[in-house]
Amino acid sequence: MTSLAAAVLALCAVPATARELLIRNATVHTGASPATLTNTDVLVSGGVIRQIGAALSAPASVRVVDAGERRLTPALFGGITGIGIEEVSGERSTVDSRLGLGAAGMPVRPEFDVTLAYNPDSLLVPVARIEGIGWTLLGAGSDSEGSIIGGQGGVFRLDGSADPIGPKALFVDIGADAAGLSGQSRAAQWMILDQLVDEVRGRIPLDAKVALLTPAGRKSLATYLDNGGRVVVGVDRAADIRQLLRWSAKHKVRIAILGGAEAWKLAPQLAAADVAVFVNPLDTLPAGFDQIGATPENAARLAAAGVAVGFSQSGDGSHNARKIRQAAGNAVAHGLPWDLGVAGLTSVPAKVFGVTDSVGSIAVGKRADLVLWSGDPLEVNAVATQVWFDGKPIQMRSRQTDLRDRYLQPTVPAERGGLPPAYPAAVR
Amino acid sequence: MSRPNTALLAAALTLALGMASPSAQAASAPRPDPYPSTYQVIASPAVLLQGATVLTGTGERMEGADVLMVEGRIAGVGVNLSVPANTTVVDGRGKWVTPGIIDVHSHLGVYPSPGVRAHSDGNEMTAPVTAAVWAEHSVWPQDPGFNAARAGGITSLQILPGSANLIGGRGVTLKNVPAVSYQAMKFPGAPWGLKMACGENPKRVYGDKGGPATRMGNVAGYRAAFIEAAEYLKKNGSGNDSTSKKRRWGKQAEGEGESAGKQDLKLETLAGAINGDIRVHIHCYRADEMATMLDLADEFGFRIAAFHHGVEAYKIADKLARSGTCAALWSDWWGFKLEAFDGIQENIALVDRQPGSCAILHSDSADDIQRLNQEAAKVMAHAQLAGIEIAPERAILWLTANPAKSMGIADQTGTLEVGKMADVVLWSGNPFSVYAKAEQVYVDGARVHDINDPSRRATSDFMLGQPATTGGAL
Repeated sequence: MTSLAAAVLALCAVPATARELLIRNATVHTGASPATLTNTDVLVSGGVIRQIGAALSAPASVRVVDAGERRLTPALFGGITGIGIEEVSGERSTVDSRLGLGAAGMPVRPEFDVTLAYNPDSLLVPVARIEGIGWTLLGAGSDSEGSIIGGQGGVFRLDGSADPIGPKALFVDIGADAAGLSGQSRAAQWMILDQLVDEVRGRIPLDAKVALLTPAGRKSLATYLDNGGRVVVGVDRAADIRQLLRWSAKHKVRIAILGGAEAWKLAPQLAAADVAVFVNPLDTLPAGFDQIGATPENAARLAAAGVAVGFSQSGDGSHNARKIRQAAGNAVAHGLPWDLGVAGLTSVPAKVFGVTDSVGSIAVGKRADLVLWSGDPLEVNAVATQVWFDGKPIQMRSRQTDLRDRYLQPTVPAERGGLPPAYPAAVR
Repeated sequence: MSRPNTALLAAALTLALGMASPSAQAASAPRPDPYPSTYQVIASPAVLLQGATVLTGTGERMEGADVLMVEGRIAGVGVNLSVPANTTVVDGRGKWVTPGIIDVHSHLGVYPSPGVRAHSDGNEMTAPVTAAVWAEHSVWPQDPGFNAARAGGITSLQILPGSANLIGGRGVTLKNVPAVSYQAMKFPGAPWGLKMACGENPKRVYGDKGGPATRMGNVAGYRAAFIEAAEYLKKNGSGNDSTSKKRRWGKQAEGEGESAGKQDLKLETLAGAINGDIRVHIHCYRADEMATMLDLADEFGFRIAAFHHGVEAYKIADKLARSGTCAALWSDWWGFKLEAFDGIQENIALVDRQPGSCAILHSDSADDIQRLNQEAAKVMAHAQLAGIEIAPERAILWLTANPAKSMGIADQTGTLEVGKMADVVLWSGNPFSVYAKAEQVYVDGARVHDINDPSRRATSDFMLGQPATTGGAL
């Protein structure tokens, strides 16, 4: 048994109900400032971080975990995903993240709210959280019969709780990927967005022939104008980002960029406008004509100009939310300061999506959603050894570890009375 | 651990230089290749990578060791090799050296970047069996992905047709060098692959186009195709034993044997698979389907070189090892379709631990091909959590020797052994780290990528003059 596995077993042996916890002698990456505290203790009571410091004294009853100088981080942001609203991507009946009402003649529905479909029992939840992924922003998107307005999502903690925390966010897609939703021209995307604003502002009557929004849609969209809720815009091409900056300034829309393959070209403007960019550092190819300028140094260049950099994935970020650490690590390998790599998985998304009270940092008064790591949390050769929500250790198990354990043990041949792997290991 | 073989250097050099040059190697295909390789080794000075941690790809790890490349071949591996005259010496202290990384499953060139409709050349989705098509005829050598892959240490790769069809066509093995034609990348003497696919994809593509619409339909389709191929072989005068079958097939091809009518591209490829001239690579996720395909292979007398994707390979790891079938797998992909639902991160490790196994880490991705070393590291980390320790000298086999074996090029590349092609990567550190970079990449001894030397970084024609790639604000 490796010492690592032994440590995990030891952790599992303590009762999982209490929310009192003292983690001793950790290297604490706070996600905030100062970024790292060495040889530090973290005391949790009632699910909340009460003290952070050296050689803390603790009530006798508190459970103590010796971190042995290993690294402790806040539970990480899993990116913008469909965790809990998508079970098997290829099976449409299991996917609730995308809308396509175009055939019904009502294509633009900003009131569409995917948080209502969230399933806390999704298999994707434990698969992600045993890897240190503690929370995610559910994204909303469009089918081919949808619009460039995807709908609304919200932040969920992956502790099994059923309701979102913090404010909602609206999703919009700009560029080539969305051209099919806007009459085959990206120019039409600005035309449509401007019209939607006109509708919200009452410049187009509800019953006008050209009106695209329902009354509920007008009300929903209104909450994102005039410096209201956060609008997450999927966009890659620098020229589109320039238009986006103009549009958002004109209508006072608080945006964040998702993707932003060519965002580095507009880094100073993005910094000046205080627009965070959620990049995928694993996207390094000119995958389309919107990403000709893709570079592994995107994150580093943005950060150097003062842009807040977060991470998200462009591929299957729901099932493989755990891969976001690798994405951050690659950004660091290509010039992003390490602390900003951690911030992009913790405090940056928490701040942008308005949930700093709940997640994204280790600080006194914050809830104790924590992860202890076997090594550098941005490293592919490190794993989460224990995750806590509200100071409560989770069982480090998922359907995948169950499958692993079922086949880890060699089978006894049938002629020697061996039962198939379908039976519990104890009787095989 | 290290086994210096300085003393053997002279003999080794003789052996290396005495080997047939790539262009002179006999093709193993039944007919002469009408689209022959024009690949040429880039002449290079001898190079000695000195004082590095060397993973040989044979399971060995040497500390403070040297790798000598002379005239495109590995001329020595060991500690304190002597430096022949006119040798470029590279300081490898603190760095690691591995064989070039080999990806058995890539669609670079046939699904190139940018991924627009005009570039969609990977799936001939016009019939369930399109064994007549050859992926090489779709390869766009200007795909920027080749350069990105090279920067990740990829020196050879198999380009396969996609998985829309039951039998998609022939794959081709390339050396990862920049070129204007694919022939100039074609790995000399490498056998072709035959791409087949199980499960959901053919069902989805053909379900409402005349079938197959079910998995049983899929299997009926494979069987019908191979029945035809067996008949074709028979008409071409095949004997019962494979040797005579192969000989007479070859003769016929050269116009010396009986005539069997006009050449049939589809059946020729399938017959080549039966004969073992073309290596069978099957996209197959589920354990039960892999078991079915092993029976199919037995029914028609062919061997399966590798199952690709094999998300459930861990459930039949022993069976795969016993049948000598490689499993080309991802580290962590799962859930994107139902047949990928049972994916686990220890899949490769569970396959690898079987005696006689052949575990491969493949990409099937223009992104992951740039970081196969990182993908392996993730498997190692999760295997360790399950109590399975995998040393770097073992894990490197998943990326080099084992793919080479499945592709039929292991006698040429995939390990750092004297006489083999000098396909070599110098890493900035332990390659199983997110921070490691391929500093220098050698193909046949030529430095084709160097992170510190802009003159040794290739740019695709497509990327020339693209303003979006240059710095500065708009």
